[in-house]
Amino acid sequence: MPYDYAPFPYVAPPGLSAPETRHAVAIGGAGPIGLAMAIDLAQHGVKSVVLDDNNVVSVGSRAICWSKRTLEIFDRLGVGARMLDKGVTWKVGRNFHGDKEIYNFDLLPEPGHKYPAFINLQQYYVEEYLVERAQKLAQFIDLRFLNKVIDHADHGDHVSLTVETPDGPYTLETDYYIACEGSGSATRKRMNLPFEGQTFEEHFLIVDIEMEKSPFGDHDTPERWFWFAPPFHNGQSALLHKQPDNIYRIDLQLGPETDPKEEATEEKVIPRIKAIVGDTPFRLDWMSVYKFRCAKLDRFVHNRVLFVGDSAHVVSPFGARGGNGGIQDVDNLGWKLAAVIKGDAPATLVETYNEERTHGSAENILNSARATNFMTPKSPIEALFRDETLRLAAKHPFARKLINSGRLSRPCALGGKSLQTDGTAPVAPGSALMDAPLSGPQGDTWLISQLQGRFTLLTLGNFDLPDIDGLHIVTIRDGGSFQDRDGHAMARYGADHIYLLRPDGHICAAFTSPERPAIIAAYTRATGGPL
Amino acid sequence: MILQDKLGEDGDSFYNALMDAHDGLSEARSHALNARLVLMLANEVGDFARLKDILEAACEDL
Repeated sequence: MPYDYAPFPYVAPPGLSAPETRHAVAIGGAGPIGLAMAIDLAQHGVKSVVLDDNNVVSVGSRAICWSKRTLEIFDRLGVGARMLDKGVTWKVGRNFHGDKEIYNFDLLPEPGHKYPAFINLQQYYVEEYLVERAQKLAQFIDLRFLNKVIDHADHGDHVSLTVETPDGPYTLETDYYIACEGSGSATRKRMNLPFEGQTFEEHFLIVDIEMEKSPFGDHDTPERWFWFAPPFHNGQSALLHKQPDNIYRIDLQLGPETDPKEEATEEKVIPRIKAIVGDTPFRLDWMSVYKFRCAKLDRFVHNRVLFVGDSAHVVSPFGARGGNGGIQDVDNLGWKLAAVIKGDAPATLVETYNEERTHGSAENILNSARATNFMTPKSPIEALFRDETLRLAAKHPFARKLINSGRLSRPCALGGKSLQTDGTAPVAPGSALMDAPLSGPQGDTWLISQLQGRFTLLTLGNFDLPDIDGLHIVTIRDGGSFQDRDGHAMARYGADHIYLLRPDGHICAAFTSPERPAIIAAYTRATGGPL
Repeated sequence: MILQDKLGEDGDSFYNALMDAHDGLSEARSHALNARLVLMLANEVGDFARLKDILEAACEDL
């Protein structure tokens, strides 16, 4: 059954009849990034108004691969478990060269984590869950559909927006404006900001089909198949993987000499799908033909205008680093902006969002550009190296490591950046926290569900942790706040360290003794310095 | 002989540096670059018995 795109109601905004009180935060765009941004701020006690030019969730499944770190962030935002329940968890991956399987690999979840490495879930479900979550936080989130931001002006200490609605335009003022409008960001274009990088000449066809019968054989295991030089199609690569509701994603590389308008038609697409699935009946759910770009803004922070997600950076889809990178932006910015707005941190803390996420986005661009280069050899010599790598891979593990059909999104490491205090520990400063099964007063739980959302001092050792204003204390040990359910927490964190965690779950310092001044210094540094 | 990975996290960086080295070369010059590389890398391996095994493995199913 096709997804039911029920429209969200439009309500005439108050600004049409009388000036609105200045908002703390206005968010442009109610896609996964804008919605997650509003929810994150709400959970930190900050109100926002979300302005979206549309009134339905994403049409077509678009972003479908959600990484473990993203799911852990969504867990904190209250939708992770729902996504996991509905999503398809990756289990087996197979790589083919022509009609020959080169090798397969296990994508089974690693034990001792609440969330698997990846799930597939259509973007429209993610947006639906986020809208429902935002509606539950209605005292903090003012969600306005069919409210299109058509102009903005930065006045130094606030931003004014002009918003178009079915009832005409109005203006509003906000302390901060966050552009979460996607790759075509109108805010970015209005400001004439350079958005430079690499455009790939190859066209790709992305199709979602609904099909009862599994193409992976007579078993229920969802697989992920990737072909180099597929036999059913004269392009360079093809990808097939499963989403919920018997929807399958097919990516076909079409080559540079392609007319995208002509390709995105049923007459052209249906024979291409039949070449893959044979006579199995299917329904075409969504399709798109496009070229990929890897590009980013130089800066994501422009005084009181902040860029988050695809507005700030775009990547090719290989490695699933677009949506997942954007959610890490949200996770990074949410607590910082909230602390500044509440007066708990200096305004300069927002600048560290720029420092940390331009770094994260450069890493994503490097990885996705390399994968795209491997998949789209641009000269005969590149094609030769790629083909021989594939041939060697059937026998030699070293060659398998060189095959690049996307290096999958991993949490960004922030070691060496200005908020972190250098140090060594089993989970090094800068890393995102590692999950582990815990038990506590409320029964079984997970480390990521207990240690995100506020500054926390954590230890598994027998240290007496000092009481410091603003710091939540968690001990994982006999008689502590929680107990290590099966040894995973101890194996990952060890008993010799005390960790300082930021609200986004990144370790910002590690200590070998509970020295109050050192902990206060690291905490002050992590909140952007003294007020 | 089965060759295990020794490049680790640097595999992608090496592969890209190799492609960059070939970028813009004619076919003849690409051949020349590959020949030089083979000779230089063989010298770095520095062990004839091992080089013979690698030669054999490379010729397999060519």
